[in-house]
Amino acid sequence: MANIQIDHLGKRYGDKTVLADFSLDLTDGECFTLLGPSGCGKTVLLRLIAGFEKPESGTIRIDGQVVTDAGDGSSVSPDRRGLGMVFQDYAVWPHMSVFDNIAYPLKLAGIEISARRERTLRAIELVGLAGLDARLPSQLSGGQQQRVALARALVSEPRLLLLDEPLNNLDANLREEMRFEIKALQQKLGITILYVTHDQEIALAIADRIAVMDENGRLRQLGTPEEVYERPVDDFVFRFLGIANFLPVSRRDGALCVGDQAGDWPSLPPAHYGDTLTAGFRPGDVQLSRDGAGLTGTIRRASFLGAQFDYLIDIGGALIRTALPSHDALALGLLFDEGDACRVGFHSVQWFDRAIPTSDKV
Amino acid sequence: MIATKRFNFGTPELLFTLSVAVLLIVVVFPMLLIFFNAFWVDGHFNVTDVLRVLQRQETYQALGNSLVLSGGVTVTGTLVGTLFAWLVTRTDLPFKKTMKLLFLVPFMLPAFIGALAWKMLLSPRAGYINRFFMDYLGFDSPIFNIYSYAGIILVETMYLFPFVFIQVSGALERMDPTLEESARISGADLFTITRKITIPLVMPSILSGALLIMLYSMAHFGTVAVLGIETGIYNIPTLIYEKIHQSAGSFDSIRTATVLATVLVITAAAILWLQNRILSKGRYQIIAGKSFRPSELKLRGLRIPILIFCLAYIALTIVLPTVTIFMVGGLKTYGLPFALENMTWANYSHILFEWDLTRDSIWNSISLGLASALVTMFAGVIISYVIVKMKVRGKGLLEFLGMLPFSVPGSVIALGVILAWSGKFGVSLYNTVWIILIAYIARYMAFSLKANSAALEQVHDSLVEAARASGATMAQALRDVVIPLVRPGMVAAFFLIFLPALRELTVSVLLYGPTTRTIGVAIYTLNEDGETVYSAALAGIALIIIVTGEVLIKRLVTGKNAA
Repeated sequence: MANIQIDHLGKRYGDKTVLADFSLDLTDGECFTLLGPSGCGKTVLLRLIAGFEKPESGTIRIDGQVVTDAGDGSSVSPDRRGLGMVFQDYAVWPHMSVFDNIAYPLKLAGIEISARRERTLRAIELVGLAGLDARLPSQLSGGQQQRVALARALVSEPRLLLLDEPLNNLDANLREEMRFEIKALQQKLGITILYVTHDQEIALAIADRIAVMDENGRLRQLGTPEEVYERPVDDFVFRFLGIANFLPVSRRDGALCVGDQAGDWPSLPPAHYGDTLTAGFRPGDVQLSRDGAGLTGTIRRASFLGAQFDYLIDIGGALIRTALPSHDALALGLLFDEGDACRVGFHSVQWFDRAIPTSDKV
Repeated sequence: MIATKRFNFGTPELLFTLSVAVLLIVVVFPMLLIFFNAFWVDGHFNVTDVLRVLQRQETYQALGNSLVLSGGVTVTGTLVGTLFAWLVTRTDLPFKKTMKLLFLVPFMLPAFIGALAWKMLLSPRAGYINRFFMDYLGFDSPIFNIYSYAGIILVETMYLFPFVFIQVSGALERMDPTLEESARISGADLFTITRKITIPLVMPSILSGALLIMLYSMAHFGTVAVLGIETGIYNIPTLIYEKIHQSAGSFDSIRTATVLATVLVITAAAILWLQNRILSKGRYQIIAGKSFRPSELKLRGLRIPILIFCLAYIALTIVLPTVTIFMVGGLKTYGLPFALENMTWANYSHILFEWDLTRDSIWNSISLGLASALVTMFAGVIISYVIVKMKVRGKGLLEFLGMLPFSVPGSVIALGVILAWSGKFGVSLYNTVWIILIAYIARYMAFSLKANSAALEQVHDSLVEAARASGATMAQALRDVVIPLVRPGMVAAFFLIFLPALRELTVSVLLYGPTTRTIGVAIYTLNEDGETVYSAALAGIALIIIVTGEVLIKRLVTGKNAA
């Protein structure tokens, strides 16, 4: 229900530049995820949008209205930006009951008492806390407090919902459940969500679009989850979105070699790339066999993880990891021991036009 | 806290300005006047003159006395406090919990009332104990003269040792017992462990408690005034009192007082600085926040004798003086033996219902206590809020100003308030209750800041931001989120101020006028005027008010925590 335009935003703390010339547009009704390592400035960006911080340069518009303009120092205060926000530590007020917590934004908005009650109860229902409205936060589990925070952010039907790693403190099951619920709520209510996280799994699962930021506060890539996962613009993005393998490749007489072995590659690097290359791929992209085509490698470590086998393979000194579904491994007789030789092929490969340091740790 | 949100001057700036203004007016301005009066002579900055004042016999004697007395009290108080702390935490002494509470009772009792009681018991000629020994046991001289350095040190020790007791017993309780157990396993006996492990670990607590005793004793008026002036033992606060009161405000005596006050401030600041350093250096990780069940030393055969010793100590230092106060307060004339035919209720009823002087003093103390507690509580919460929570330019200044009240002794505050509000700057509050109120606010601001900032540290920033994001203005967020959450801290601050204010003497004795005596002043002046029985009777009533207040508050606080 709201679009956000961020133009040339800059933010410094003392000598440290957190954001420099940062621009980003969010469209109406989308679920947008900011993904980046901790300390990359994504929380700062969220706080800038909420109005808790003031930038040194740039402007922020919500629905076309300038809410922050470093040029003339003007800033609409957080309470007038019409947004909902869920904090990393929930920030549920400990002295108010679940009902009072959630009703508070409506009370401030001057909603008349019976309507306030009705909407509050509906929000409580929505996040699955029906019947717990008289409880104090200290009587709730972490996940329940999380839902209170979410209901509180949603109750006044804000045009924009800002979420700052809201699922961080939850256990794995609850995290997964809440992640689907947030997505479902967003689709149901049609609000714009800006979701900040360093967890690529949540980001991929929840987002309509993802922006990947690096630790210097620069935007590396912007796109749909599939785009950034499948077509990362550089190795930073590639690395950030999952376990990444890199093999140093050199082009010799037209052949793409790892060490002195010529590989069998599913795709070729663009013609304008140089002769020193790196092949990047995920553990699941590896095609493993006992003998046949592909690079020769040695199994350095074999571990069984239940659903899959995880092999660490040494190819000419570079170590890569594989994930082989247990089914396939059993059916194809691919149970390796440490020290066994194997052949390595690929389902898909990302090409990078430079040498990237590879892992040599077992 | 009503603020419009236009311009760039919003709630934060308003609160900041307010906070700085309060501290400037109440604390900084009077302090500066003291330094100004001390160092500025005839329009010149003059240090030699300060040195000249310090070289006068009465001045350097008072400085020396302060040093000797507070040094002595620090040593004895630390020994007593550490011993009892160890007994109630690390031995199998019977009734430890009760004993621990009993050792905290002296904190409730005003030291100068204790001094009064001991004067009645041990003054060389009239003291009941001395008389008993001379009249009945054939001694030809008093067995102990309370009007002496030893007497003052003993009495102060009785009331100040809890500073060390609290710190040390806390540290001993929180110390991880595995540290001692591993030493035990390594083959050390309990004595070695105590010497090599336990004592070094609690040393920071011992030292910081000791410095608190020193700070308090250095600035303490009552005991020295009651027991010392008779034989010419002055410390800094009593000499300041003497200078201000007896010399009717001549320029020279005010200057002497300001020089003394300057010395006192510098000493107090040095002590606090030292304490800070010890605490920050000594905050070993091993003294954890949680409570452990420490290993206990079996006292075996000594269990009962030591219990008797502790009980005797309590009887001697708490029960005996308190009973004395009430008994003397009921005597028809001071000096009569305690026989039923010499006792009367008339003193008490005269004080409570007939005599304006004492009735006024009770009323003054209660209203001053309430007013100063309320004002200081609210001012304290605002100032701590700005210091702890806000991002305003110039916060460092406020933090510094907020630290100041911690290091300003009562007599210094009183002196500064006299200089500031006696008409020199257009406002004359001298001889009114208002000047005492201002001084109380300055004196107790530190308590309020401490309690409130502790409470505010617990209120995470995101709680306020969540309110802001919900549509609350800064003022609404304060009203709905911050204030309810810091209310326990505010309540604590209120009582931390109200109760000491009820029994205050050091400040009000310098500021009182004909109709503005406080309870403390009334007790003190009645005693000075030889109205010993009325003085004792009023002291008895004060004790009842104070103890009732303490008990009610304990109830209130624990009741609230349980709910």
